[in-house]
This record gives sequence, C-alpha cells and structure tokens, in this order.
Amino acid sequence: MSATFLGMPGDFPTNAARAVKDSQLRYNLRKATHTIRGKRAAVVDELPDWHELRAAGKAVKDETLRHLDRYLLQLEEAVTAAGGHVHWARDAAEANRIVADLVKATGETEVVKVKSMATQEIGLNEALAAEGITAYETDLAELIVQLGDDFPSHILVPAIHRNRAEIREIFLDKMGDAPPGLTDEPAALAEAARLHLRERFLRSKVAVSGANFMIAETGTLVVLESEGNGRMCLTLPETLISVVGIEKLLPTWRDLEVFLQLLPRSSTGERMNPYTSTWTGSAEGQDFHLVLLDNGRTDVLADEVGRQALRCIRCSACLNVCPVYERTGGHAYGSVYPGPIGAILTPQLRGMSSELDASLPYASSLCGACYEVCPVAIDIPEVLVDLRAKAPHGAAERAGMRVAGWILNDQARLARAQHAAIRLRRLVPKRLPGPLSAWTDTRDLPEIPDESFRDWWEREG
Amino acid sequence: MRVALFITCVNDTLFPGTGKAVVSLLRRLGCDVDFPAAQTCCGQMHVNTGYRDEGVRLARHFTEVFAGYDAVVAPSGSCAAMVREQYPKLVRPGSRGATAIAEVAPRVHELSEFLVDVLKVEDVGAYFPHRVTYHPTCHSLRGLHLGDRPTRLLQQVRGLELVPLPGAQECCGFGGTFAVKNPAVSAAMGADKARNVLDTGAEVLCAADNSCLMHIGGTLSRQQTGIRVMHLAEILAATDGGTRS
Ligand code: SF4
Repeated sequence: MSATFLGMPGDFPTNAARAVKDSQLRYNLRKATHTIRGKRAAVVDELPDWHELRAAGKAVKDETLRHLDRYLLQLEEAVTAAGGHVHWARDAAEANRIVADLVKATGETEVVKVKSMATQEIGLNEALAAEGITAYETDLAELIVQLGDDFPSHILVPAIHRNRAEIREIFLDKMGDAPPGLTDEPAALAEAARLHLRERFLRSKVAVSGANFMIAETGTLVVLESEGNGRMCLTLPETLISVVGIEKLLPTWRDLEVFLQLLPRSSTGERMNPYTSTWTGSAEGQDFHLVLLDNGRTDVLADEVGRQALRCIRCSACLNVCPVYERTGGHAYGSVYPGPIGAILTPQLRGMSSELDASLPYASSLCGACYEVCPVAIDIPEVLVDLRAKAPHGAAERAGMRVAGWILNDQARLARAQHAAIRLRRLVPKRLPGPLSAWTDTRDLPEIPDESFRDWWEREG
Repeated sequence: MRVALFITCVNDTLFPGTGKAVVSLLRRLGCDVDFPAAQTCCGQMHVNTGYRDEGVRLARHFTEVFAGYDAVVAPSGSCAAMVREQYPKLVRPGSRGATAIAEVAPRVHELSEFLVDVLKVEDVGAYFPHRVTYHPTCHSLRGLHLGDRPTRLLQQVRGLELVPLPGAQECCGFGGTFAVKNPAVSAAMGADKARNVLDTGAEVLCAADNSCLMHIGGTLSRQQTGIRVMHLAEILAATDGGTRS
C-alpha cells in the first residue's frame, strides 16, 4: 500500500538537494519530461486557434467558479434526478468516512480504483485500509507506485521517476502473478499488468473513481484516460463511488468541447485521448454515489489572486516544462500535487504552517514557462509571488531585506553603500559565509568594480 | 530624442560597464541621454521574495523619478518586465499609485526593444569579430516577449558569428533569491546551461540581463571554461575603434 504525503518531513530545498544528486532520477526525469514536452508543443502548434481555446477555457472556468454554489446545486439536482446519490464532504476525514461507510454497506472488502488525484489528496487508500478494505489501483503507473510502496511523483505519470528496468524489478518482486521470464520491454510490462488486473476487474463489485469534469446541466461525470482500465472499473462493478473536487464543474455539455481539445493536447500530447467515458446518475443500472469534496477549496476560492489555481484541469503540462521539477522530481514537493501547480495549490489547500508548505512558494525561479503552457492560463508566477508575501519569513532574512530596502530607497544611501563596498572589496573572501555560501559553493563572484556607474556619470556623463 | 536611462541597481553597483556602453551606443545613435540621479532600484528582489511593502515603496520612488520622461531605457529584461508587467499588479486599480504607474510603465523599454521598436534601427554600426551565442533570459523571453529583437541586432554586427544555443529557452536557474534559497537546484540548472554554452564552441555568451550572466558566468568561471560573458549593450557599443566602455 503506498504511503501518504501527510506529515512528510523536511522542506523543499533539503528534499531537492537530495534529489538533484540522484543521477538515475535526473536521467529518467529529463528524458520523460523532454519527450512529453516536445509532443505537447507539436500538437499545440497544429491548432491555429489555440490561444482562443485557452482563453475560452479560462473564461468558462472563471464563470463556473464565480457561481460555483449555484452550479453545484444544479449538479446535485441533476445527479439525484438520474438516480444517483450526492454526498458533501467538508474535508478529507469526512470524505474518507463517507466512502468507507458506502463500501461497508455493500459488504465488500475490496475496491478497484480509477486513477484519481482527489482520492490521493485525501489519502483514501490508507483510510480504507484502516477499515479493513483493500483498494487496488488499476492505472498502470499507479499500480507501479502502489506495488513499489512508493509515492506518486507526477500528476499524469505517477511513476515517471522509474525506468523500465526498475519497473520490471518491482513487478517480479511484488506482483504475485508476474511471468517469470518478464523482460523490460514496454509491451511485456503492460501485458503483465493487464493480465494481473483483468482478474481483479471481473471480481470486484465496488469501484472508486474521480472525474475530470462534471456537467452541471445534466449531472454527467466525465473521465479521460489512455489505457481503458478506468472504463473497466466504471462499467463492471455494481457500485460506483466517485470522489470529485467541487471545482471540477462545467456548466454545460457545450463547454466540454473546449476542454476535450485543451486537456489531451496539454497532458499526453495527443490530439485526442483514446478513451472518454461519461456517466449520468444510475443510468447504467449501477448504484452511483458522488462525493463532492471541499477540503480547503472554498478557502482558495475566497482568495482574489490564488483562486485561479482552481481553474486547473490537472493536465500536468506545467510539470513537464518546469526546470525545477525536471531536476527534483515530484517527491521533493511532499504533496500529491508536485511541480508548479503543486507549489501554489498545496500551500493554499494546507496552509503554510509546516516548514515544507512554507517553502513551496519558493520552489520556483519564476521563469514563467508554466504560465506559458497552462491551457487555462493560470498565472502561476503571480500566485507564487502573492503566496511569498503571505509566507512566514525568518528574522534574519526580514532584517536583511529591511536594510536593503532602506538603502535602496534613497540615492544618497545607495551611493554610500556602493562606496563602502568599493573600499572593502579586497576583503570579500572567495567563499562567502552563512546563507551566501550557497552562491560561492558553485559560482565565482563578480569583481566589485572600482567605480559605480553613478559616480562615473557624475564625473564625465 | 531625450531618453532617461534606468541603469538598475545591480548594473550601477556591479556592472557599470554596461551602463557606459548604453550611454555610448545611444549617443552614437543620436539620442540625448539623461541619468536621473535619484533613481535606485525597481524593487523586484523585494516583491519576488515576498516583501511587498518594501517593493511598493521602491515602485513609488521609481515612478516619481521617471515621471517626466518620454522614454525610459533599461539594459535589463527583468527590471523592464518588473516595471511594465508587475507594477500594475502591485497597486489597487483606481488608487493614486495606479495612475502614476499606468503613465510611466508603458514608456519603459528594454534596450533591444527601444532600438528596434522606437528608434527603428537594427544595424547599430557595431563591430565585434567574435563567435557569440545568445541566451534569451526568462523575463526577456516570457515577460517582455522580446522575441528575436536581440538576435536581429546581433546579426547586424560586423564580424560577429552568431551560433545557436541548445536549450536556449530554458531558465539558467538564477531567479534572484532562488539561487540562495534553493541552491542545489539553481546550481544544477546553471551547470546544464553552462554545458550547453560550452557545446556551442562560442567565445562569448551574451544576454540582456547581467544578473543571469553573473550566475552563468560565475559557473563558467568556476569551471574554468575560459568563456566570457557580455551584456548585449557592450557588444552593440563595440566599434572597430574598440569597445568604448
Ligand atoms: S496548472 Fe495549468 S498546466 Fe499545470 S496542471 Fe493545472 S491546468 Fe495543467
């Protein structure tokens, strides 16, 4: 059973420093992110109206968020009218309790799962395990993570940090029915997983899923996937429980048109994903339950700058272009949401009281690559900077920044500081002490010149 | 044309050569340049590190200093982006500061923008017979959307051989206080950038931001690669009479 991220020790810089030293990890990440990055860029460039689509996606999401209460009630009504049951969960504990009770009511002790970020966010698998219920992940990458007793490290490709050889080891080690002569060919690995999972699909009476979108107008849930394993879970079991964040709404069917273009191209770099499943209430004869999850989202919605993070459609494009993510992988972020979106979403959902969460808004060089690729135009750098203003700052840093601010606020003070620096420049050591040693560990310092520009200008400008 | 120079605090203190190059280049192109002495800093470091109030104070100071000028030129993509893109978000719309910012911000130009868009020159009459590669810094690229303006200028420099930089659009890992707050990642990014620079076989790495060059140059120097870094202004100011800076 894979562990949860709750209460992970350390802060981002420490986790990241460990990760950048892992050469296998660096190689795996670089290769994978650059491949998906290239594919995304190619299929996005094909569309002459990408910018309009992106603006439309942003507008639809903003409109939904502005009237979220109304659309949620509309959704509830539609789902109920179609024979489904709607449950409201304020936080992780409440959502886990609702799902566990629903599973127990069926008398089953096993559930199959469709890959879902929401259930990972609330630590559902662990909560179910505590109630004697085993949850089996059916997405190939999730399965690899689960078998390896590992953390997911990417939104879309949770096992991105693993290469084929490592996956083969995990299967041989942990998957009871792995064929003994298993090679590390992708097809062989996929086939082994397929056989392993098939038996499970046929046996399971309860499935748990998330959803990519919910349509308020019709009460329909939508899942996009690549492998088709989700579809097996969605259709075969007698009971289906979907746990979905309240922000995943779209007002109407027509709105889906925009997102079915934005999401696959941004996430897997495909024109269209192989499987799109939709279901409405209990129309398929299944007992259907929808758990609507808040877990901090209404607080995010209340924040004028930060609320744009709720537009996120979890495509992971921002992860694949992020130079920081590329070198650290997802684990350093200590959350199911890694990379740029994790750096803004996690501190908003969890607050910044832990050292880890307070360090996340700084896990970026503000290069802006994430904003550029985001299909719903979330200005991630803007939110990062806003969160930094709210994050707790150490006393030494605060004092330093205040002094710097005081000097820089006045030309005479700045000139005096420059003169002092010039006088003392011979005393600057090659290796700086304290936090500034971070600079001189790997970089030479520039020489302090013998005259500032303003003095030169004064003299002969 | 009467132009105010915003030299930026980093250039003023650590890289005065860049400021002098801007002066000589713009004078050569017929501009009447002024350096408003009261200028200090755009406040980028404070805002981006989470010290918004100090940043807003510096922004206010900036708008007062540059209020009366038709055009302000800064040899820094990131400081120009700070003023133009971030200032308007710092203050509430409708407030006193907002009007002042709305008046000044659009008149602030990064050097290559000013040359290409305002002065409408691409051949600035420079001579620099060296093999050069260009790194488009993040704020120039994605903040200001400078596009190919800097490389168009470099292509017109006589004697200069411009070689493409692999992975040019990737961040070098400087990121202001990021370099100190996340040193391991910053160094890893810097090392990858340095390797890409080395692969070009260039003698000189050029960019429109001295802070990024300080980071990449510091890495190249620590690795004893023998590659020089130069600000765009310094290359454009160079003539066959020598670099006048
Ligand atoms: S923030 Fe944007 S790019 Fe990142 S996962 Fe969400 S939608 Fe995709």
